Amino acid sequence: MQVDEATVRRIARLARIKITDEEAKGLEAELSGILDWVEQLSEVNTDGVEPMTRVVPISLKKRSDVVTDGEKADEIVANAPLSEDDYFVVPKVVE
Amino acid sequence: MNVEAKAAEAANPNLIQGATGDWEVIIGLEVHAQVNSHAKLFSGASTEFGGAPNAHVSLVDAAMPGMLPVINEECVAQAIRTGLGLKAQINLRSVFDRKNYFYPDLPQGYQISQFKSPIVGEGEIEIDTDGGPKRVGIERLHLEQDAGKSIHDQHPEYSYVDLNRSGVALMEIVSRPDMRSSKEAQAYVTKLRTILRYLGTCDGDMEKGNLRADVNVSVRKPGGELGTRCEIKNVNSIRFIGQAIEVEARRQIDIIEDGGTIDQETRLFDPKSGQTRSMRSKEEAHDYRYFPDPDLLPLEFDQAYVDELAKGLPELPDEKRARFIKEYGLSAYDAGVLVAERSSADYFEAVIAALDDPARDGKLAANWVINELFGRLNKEGTAIEDSPISAAQLAGIAKLIGSQAISGKIAKDLFEIVWSEGGDPAEIVEARGMKQVTDTSAIEKAVDEVIAANPDQVEKVKAKPTMIGWFVGQVMKASGGKANPQAVNEILKKRLGID
Amino acid sequence: MSDLTKLTLAAAREGLQKKEFSAEELTKAFCEEIDAGNGAINAYVLPTPEIALEQARAADARIAKGEARTLEGLPLGIKDLFCTKGVRTTACSKILDDFKPTYESTVTQNLWDAGAVMLGKLNNDEFAMGSSNETSAFGPVVNPWRRTGSDAKLVPGGSSGGSSAAVAADLCLAATATDTGGSIRQPAALTGTVGLKPTYGRCSRWGIVAFASSLDQAGPITKSVEDAALMLQVMAGQDPKDSTSVDAPVPDYRASLRNGIKGLRVGVPKEYRVAGMSAEIDKLWEQGITWLEDAGASVHEISLPHTKYALPAYYIVAPAEASSNLARYDGVRYGMRQTGSDLIDTYEQTRAAGFGREVKRRVLIGTYVLSAGYYDAYYLKAQKVRTLIKRDFDEAWDKVDVVLTPTTPSPAFAFGEKSGDPLAMYLEDIFTVTVNMAGLPGLSVPAGLSTEGPPLGLQLIGKPFDEETLLRTGQVIEDAAGRIVVPSHWWRG
Repeated sequence: MQVDEATVRRIARLARIKITDEEAKGLEAELSGILDWVEQLSEVNTDGVEPMTRVVPISLKKRSDVVTDGEKADEIVANAPLSEDDYFVVPKVVE
Repeated sequence: MNVEAKAAEAANPNLIQGATGDWEVIIGLEVHAQVNSHAKLFSGASTEFGGAPNAHVSLVDAAMPGMLPVINEECVAQAIRTGLGLKAQINLRSVFDRKNYFYPDLPQGYQISQFKSPIVGEGEIEIDTDGGPKRVGIERLHLEQDAGKSIHDQHPEYSYVDLNRSGVALMEIVSRPDMRSSKEAQAYVTKLRTILRYLGTCDGDMEKGNLRADVNVSVRKPGGELGTRCEIKNVNSIRFIGQAIEVEARRQIDIIEDGGTIDQETRLFDPKSGQTRSMRSKEEAHDYRYFPDPDLLPLEFDQAYVDELAKGLPELPDEKRARFIKEYGLSAYDAGVLVAERSSADYFEAVIAALDDPARDGKLAANWVINELFGRLNKEGTAIEDSPISAAQLAGIAKLIGSQAISGKIAKDLFEIVWSEGGDPAEIVEARGMKQVTDTSAIEKAVDEVIAANPDQVEKVKAKPTMIGWFVGQVMKASGGKANPQAVNEILKKRLGID
Repeated sequence: MSDLTKLTLAAAREGLQKKEFSAEELTKAFCEEIDAGNGAINAYVLPTPEIALEQARAADARIAKGEARTLEGLPLGIKDLFCTKGVRTTACSKILDDFKPTYESTVTQNLWDAGAVMLGKLNNDEFAMGSSNETSAFGPVVNPWRRTGSDAKLVPGGSSGGSSAAVAADLCLAATATDTGGSIRQPAALTGTVGLKPTYGRCSRWGIVAFASSLDQAGPITKSVEDAALMLQVMAGQDPKDSTSVDAPVPDYRASLRNGIKGLRVGVPKEYRVAGMSAEIDKLWEQGITWLEDAGASVHEISLPHTKYALPAYYIVAPAEASSNLARYDGVRYGMRQTGSDLIDTYEQTRAAGFGREVKRRVLIGTYVLSAGYYDAYYLKAQKVRTLIKRDFDEAWDKVDVVLTPTTPSPAFAFGEKSGDPLAMYLEDIFTVTVNMAGLPGLSVPAGLSTEGPPLGLQLIGKPFDEETLLRTGQVIEDAAGRIVVPSHWWRG
């Protein structure tokens, strides 16, 4: 599967990673190479095969509805690059 | 489309007039209802409203490196209960998917939701319309995480992010596009809210944002193809839902009639301007890249679990209303008013339980609860839970009226006394001599006195029998309001020789 | 240099019990080794000598009272993917910057609860993505092994290159590591150490920086098979905070270690004999078969027909999950932030500056294969192929109890040798990745030396939760091959 530069840019946008023109060109080649290589999966007959939805043969464990966590705002914002009065502070979204 | 919807469509009384003819508006609603639970959907932090910034946040909610979700069993139960209340199919196996997008109030960079396999499938809600009862289809209900909150107006360059709400369990309830007017949409949300409150699965507080609706609106010529729809997001009051639909339908009709086309977009309703506006965003439509969350396994439970939950459900509003009509002989309207809130219905039934003769006094009691009590509670802004008049006291008042011990007018005075001072109604009536006079001879005496004192009126009433009301009033006044008005009426008629 | 650092975990444990030396002496010996040698190897990205000495002294106090726990006083290295409370954890990425978790991962907490000592955080490929430890933001790790007569720097494998190098260089008694496509077993094979990837769900993933959630698993890299058994004993166990961790009992892995393998049925999958496989790898494999037969096992050829599709399927599933798991690294709540013109620009610049090339590549592949229109053809398809891969093994377990394969297609390669083409690097995982895709346990045991000098490993693959059989069989190989130890400690200068 060949991806073009426009696709690379669209994907980079979706992934929120800024890429330079040079990187875009390089990625075009690399990603196309990888996607070409994984194309071989289409050789496999998967008719009637269920996708692997669980690796372990157990059921989803549930917890009881009890408040066991929180009340640690200082820990929550301890590593924040910018915070104020226990809020996370970020640049505005420009609409 | 089911048979009912087709029939409804055939004779749609809700058409909107445009310049080029009539238009039909098609409405679908996606309601987000916050699940009533102590802790969040996948974390042990509290769901309590308010709270200091980031105080109700766990490491999982803050999406710290290495954090993992663990599901809250009560949230699952609440979703199943809601599904049962919507007469919907409960899916014994469902899957949680990640919905991937970036926003500061979404710390993981994805929301855990359910895409292809939701916990609840198709169901329905019955609403009252001008044309009679109508069934609105439910397509599905799924569980998902709520996002945090960003505050944009505290600083010119920065936004402040509080994750207290992040991870709270939501039920997204998707209706079929069966509604055809703003009133139907309002009735749907009202009914849905009532059902949720009855079940105790969501408190439906729209002001707190516990219940909000995304409204999908499109227009078309009757019988024509479906038009392009726009989604009006996060409408948080019944009133605004109605207004938003009206203005959006009008907006779309105007555009089409002017020769334009509708862009499929997301819009917001602005209560101040009373208009909807586009949520402009720089990029193309979101590509959420849904895939099953690999930190979770499929959610599975058996029919026995569902049946156990079903056993614990309260009587739902439709059933209760039907029962009130049958058991207490109430009108559909009155029964409807009483069941709108479970607490009101419970209050009414407590009143009934305290009556000696429910057959005689049931309807009367309903009347007094709806008109006198609710009226007064609304005026004072008091909730029924805090009513100064208890169900037993109200029953007491109803008993006194029903047994003809007091007149209707005196009963209103009694109501006031019990409201402001409390006390047992029967004792108050006894103590203050408020009993009604039904003694025929006493009334006859009073009637004769009034007739004798007003010969001119007597002449007039013989010519115009409707004037008897004046005489009734005089006799009532003479008796200090205690005479039984019916008896007065009868005796007056006899004495005056009127039928 | 002190001989204490050359001990195995089990021997050091015994030495402490017999009071031949103190925990403090043992830890000090390692701290000195790290001081002297880490510069040349770069196995540790953050030595923590003060914490280690404090823990060692506490251990000595407990030992004196007769209250020694399973790993009391034993110095370990911790891969920098495990969140350690109050101690910088970076996943060897710039994007985590100076992040200090306010919490401890379950697996490392298990180790501290057993009395172990933390010597420091170990180097790895950024976000565990790599097979050579060349993508780390802290620079590459140098394999303590060299080709005979050459001082060219060789890679220690990846992503757990710091862990494997530290164990091989006696810079710790044992190390924690993680394995998503081979990241424990491949580096172990390249450094002559033992690497164990437990069954998926055996150990908790809580507090480990997530790469690919359905594939990641924590495990030990050690000097011997017995050491691996000892480490797994403590690391394993169900965790209510991890929905994918399994409530299976943790047996005493050391108890059955020397029970032998008489009557064991060993499978040799024909599809692992890949075209262009080197003769010496083939020879090593044959040697392994002989050893096991000599010990009383029967060897059977089996077929795992979907083997060759495991790697391409992995390179769809793993990046897809990673692209979503790494979305949280956005400069908002922790780590570095590169402030841009607005919020979106801040995200884009932060992630551009914070992620390395390989991570970006995989995040983009992952984003692509999940994007609209491609989900069915790629992700869904790969997950179906995964079911088939697992089914191949399920059918094999009817005939055999354990599977024997080489761990890697070649011994340790030189820096830069495979970094030109991503695919060349991905092929390093060709023998290991099937195991993660099927959720099975895998063990790499040093089995010999290549003609160039550096070590080679053999891989054992087991049934779910049958690490006992793996370890027991691995013990036979270790007994036959002998312990493979690096010839010279050149890095000490």
